Amino acid sequence: MFEAVAFYLFAFLTITMFYITVTTSQALYALSTLAAGMIFISAFFFILGADFLGAVQIIVYTGAVMALYAFGMMFFDTTREVKEKNGNKYIVVGLSAIAAVMVVAIFSAPIISTNMQAFYPMVEGAGNTQQVGMVLFTKYLIPFEVAAIMLLVAMVAGIVLAGKKMDLSLTLMNAEEIQAIEDEKNKKVLS
Amino acid sequence: MEIGLNHYLVLSTILFCIGLIGVMRRKNLLLLFFATEILLNAVNVGFAAISHYYGDLTGQMFAFFVIAIAASELAVGLGLLIVWHKRHGTIDLDTMTSMRG
Repeated sequence: MFEAVAFYLFAFLTITMFYITVTTSQALYALSTLAAGMIFISAFFFILGADFLGAVQIIVYTGAVMALYAFGMMFFDTTREVKEKNGNKYIVVGLSAIAAVMVVAIFSAPIISTNMQAFYPMVEGAGNTQQVGMVLFTKYLIPFEVAAIMLLVAMVAGIVLAGKKMDLSLTLMNAEEIQAIEDEKNKKVLS
Repeated sequence: MEIGLNHYLVLSTILFCIGLIGVMRRKNLLLLFFATEILLNAVNVGFAAISHYYGDLTGQMFAFFVIAIAASELAVGLGLLIVWHKRHGTIDLDTMTSMRG
């Protein structure tokens, strides 16, 4: 009973939040509703007994990803309204529905064949975090290490791409220094 | 009323559909990134539900790797977006036609 109430409540909230995210014309509204939707998604993980995954969802998505988006939005002009592509609405909705149904078909294809068995069954008498640890560090150790290296590469790439000329601060320089930088830039453009 | 696997799969479908609509109608690249996050989260819900109803931990493992990939995709993508914005002053998709022959 409580599970059903929680499921429908959070399903409604998540769908509403994500719908606002894709339809609003204000980037700030999109950001805040996306953050709220991520937290509501983690509620499903808690209902499903995947406690560790829910905690990771909150920490990674609303902690790291949203903070990164907020930092990124400081660089962009987010106050003006966002223009939209005005394509055929029916084609867009129809293609989206077809693709989504295909995703469910991919998921449910092994379910329809009745001989589906658990590959790494849940261990009795162990918490979710303990089970995740046991499977992750025995069966999925190499993918885990590869994911770690991938995150390292992404971190270096992010620093290299976004961090250019971040050691200069226009607010801390006086007028002559800023003028010198501007002159140098103009010289490069002219030459 | 009992909540079964199908409820979660239908929810996953609806969220995926919303994300795809966002990908198709957005022009601003930052909001397009938001829509891809919705897509990844919709698939994660499906993975966690199947993991629960079949007593199998593989679904949760794949959800973890999806989260890791989303985080690294975001770091690189946002870096590229900042570089593009510094060069051109806009992040609209329609302005990125420099490779048109």
